[in-house]
Amino acid sequence: MQDGFFFQAIIYLLAAVICVPIAKKLGLSSILGYLFAGIIIGPYVLGLIGQEGQDIMHFAEFGVTMMLFLIGLELDPQKFWRMRRVIVGMGMLQLLLTAGTLFIVCSIVLRWDWQTTVAISLALTLSSTAIVMQTLKEKGLTKTSMGRSSFAVLLFQDIAVIPILAILPLLADGHVNNANANHSLISDLPGWAQTPIVFGTIGLVYLGGRYLIIPLLHIVAKTRLQELFTASALLLVMGVSYMMQLVGLSPALGAFIAGLVLANSEFRHELEGDIAPFKGLLLGLFFIGVGASINFNIILADPAFIIIFSTIFNGIKFFVLLIVGKMYKKSADQNLLFAFALSQAGEFGFVILGFAVQLNLLPEVLSNQMMAVIAISMVGTPFLLLINEKWIDPFFGVKEKHSKNKYDSIDEKNDVIIAGFGNFGSTIGRLLKANGIPATVLDMDSDRVDSLRKMGFKVYYGDALRLELLKAAGCEDAKIFIAAIDNPRVNLQVVEMIKKHFPHLKIFARARNRNDAFELVDIGVNDFYRENLYSAVHLGVDALVEMGQRRYTATRQGQRFLKYDEEATRSLAEKRHDKKAFLTTTLQQIELQEQLIKNDLYSQLGAQDHAWESADIKKEQQEEF
Amino acid sequence: MQNKILILFAHPLFEKSNANDALVQSIPESANITFHDLYQEYPDFDIDVKREQELLVLHDIVIWHHPMYWYSCPPLLKQWIDLVLEHGWAYGREGFALKGKLLLQAITTGGKKENYCATGSNNFTILQLLEPFCQTAKVCNMTYLPPFVVHGTHSMDADGYQKYGNLYEQVLLFLEHKTLNFEDLDKHSYFNDYIQTKIG
Repeated sequence: MQDGFFFQAIIYLLAAVICVPIAKKLGLSSILGYLFAGIIIGPYVLGLIGQEGQDIMHFAEFGVTMMLFLIGLELDPQKFWRMRRVIVGMGMLQLLLTAGTLFIVCSIVLRWDWQTTVAISLALTLSSTAIVMQTLKEKGLTKTSMGRSSFAVLLFQDIAVIPILAILPLLADGHVNNANANHSLISDLPGWAQTPIVFGTIGLVYLGGRYLIIPLLHIVAKTRLQELFTASALLLVMGVSYMMQLVGLSPALGAFIAGLVLANSEFRHELEGDIAPFKGLLLGLFFIGVGASINFNIILADPAFIIIFSTIFNGIKFFVLLIVGKMYKKSADQNLLFAFALSQAGEFGFVILGFAVQLNLLPEVLSNQMMAVIAISMVGTPFLLLINEKWIDPFFGVKEKHSKNKYDSIDEKNDVIIAGFGNFGSTIGRLLKANGIPATVLDMDSDRVDSLRKMGFKVYYGDALRLELLKAAGCEDAKIFIAAIDNPRVNLQVVEMIKKHFPHLKIFARARNRNDAFELVDIGVNDFYRENLYSAVHLGVDALVEMGQRRYTATRQGQRFLKYDEEATRSLAEKRHDKKAFLTTTLQQIELQEQLIKNDLYSQLGAQDHAWESADIKKEQQEEF
Repeated sequence: MQNKILILFAHPLFEKSNANDALVQSIPESANITFHDLYQEYPDFDIDVKREQELLVLHDIVIWHHPMYWYSCPPLLKQWIDLVLEHGWAYGREGFALKGKLLLQAITTGGKKENYCATGSNNFTILQLLEPFCQTAKVCNMTYLPPFVVHGTHSMDADGYQKYGNLYEQVLLFLEHKTLNFEDLDKHSYFNDYIQTKIG
């Protein structure tokens, strides 16, 4: 099946590469692009892939786990702890109200067995973490009030899946197909033993993160092998997920806790940069899977039921969310957005329905219909948000631009980014800090990062050549980028990357010597600072003083020399491209020095202070006598 | 007729000065007015003499705009005067580069006007204290105008700052567009008083 694998991979990638840019071009969210890509290559349109959409989704659900890991990373544990009441309060309220209303309405209108109704109500109550969080991220809403509320509700749902899956077997009346579906290592143990084990595991994740993972990452970081670090990051997420599954907890929850534990470590940005591409790809695959799994035969068999049911259940969820938001005193536009965003059913619905079928709680046909309903509601969300944005939201005046809420600074964004915190960069950092300007610092040396962090600097470990890391460090929002990396070659590459990807950033670059400065001028950076020039001139000034010059005169000579040398470097940078190519670099160097010394002689560095000299005036007076 | 005005501004702690903030904010946007912030241009006191002389040549009216420190100007403006007004260029047998240009001094003082007189705590009037600047202008063949003075900045409120800002704007607009009547001008000790008679 090797050909098969390549063929399939190409189909998925091609569909994504074509559909997502089109969606973006039309101003839609990338999620819609993926979903439509799935529908198009799915069994009912082009038929390029078969019924495996569901399997793909189960595999790609791992993307959701990674997303929660990343969310955990971005969250300060203390801030998370402060959110606990909102998570439990809002989450519980949403879950109970939605499930209750759905149960009552379905019982009255559709007259299924009550067990069936319970299973379906619960399945539809849970929203889609993947769709909501991805959409919020794309729209930059994660740090608004509705973003935090959405996150709180989704996290509670994530936790709630576990008891829901535990309750369902109690509803089954004995005709169980395969009760092992939710089997975990400890499910045979009595209840009093299970609880401590579960909490023990969470404790283990915390302690393991602190005292095992971080030291391990230090060792890995020292090898300076980028791919090894990526492998460790993946191992970490997968390991935690697996451990959680073993004790019957949601892997996403485990990943979230792991993320939270590592949020304050110096590896945060690096881990973010490493996991983000995998998360992106898997989520894309997940959305394609959702699109491909929509069973159009079932929809077409009874379109009226599907459409009416979808509309009503979406409506119920929407209004319940509005009420919950109102109880938590959201402003009108935030509340609307919150209600629209969470009004769909999600990936957990598939899991619960699949489990319920195994328990004989509902017939296969009904389950398939419900799965179609879930898929349709997921596809519908981006459209609903678009409608809200275009036609509904404009009627509700007050916009929450940047709320002054205490959760706001989940991620610190500084105006200044310093790459490289060696002798050079740290001096800059200290000067800025002493003047109350905080800077985000990126450095490659994990030992140094550690010790500087102990002294209270915000230093992050990472390779500044990685675009993902630059983004994670906040290059998109910063104003100034200071390139102060020890290795001149790397420093130059970083500057080139910044120029290319973040042209709005003002760059100040360290240059080791004149040649580095030339290279910087070539790529259009005029604010270069030769690390040896200023201290050499300073030494020269002191030597002049030692030789008997007045300190003020010598200092002015030094000032003038600096100005002149900076100008000379700029003009030589342009001229050096005219030289004949056969000159070797050493020869060029010697020639350059000769030219500089020759120019020094002609520049009459000292002849400018003659206003303080009286020779001129004395001469005029003598001539008058 | 349009006059070209060069404002040479010298304040070592501009960011903390309310009075000068109001004055500088009120400078009209005009192609004829050049605002030249000396402490911003020459933080290390290394004045580019050639550049400064070229600027002077391009303008008709020069304004020394600064706070009064110990009955004189901040040190960078003094450095500027020392270095830029060269013998043989600004004064001396062959120095006529500034001939015929007008020089206005725009100053702020923390103390009130009544302190600046023979019986006040400062013993001298502003005009007496500014005599060295006046004399410098004369040696450089320039016409020294009565100064524009903002007194009492230590005890001034926001409205006061704004009032003087507006007045400074009027002064600059007048200098840019109108011709001065020197006979009239001589009757006033401050340019403030002269401009009041012009704008009513």
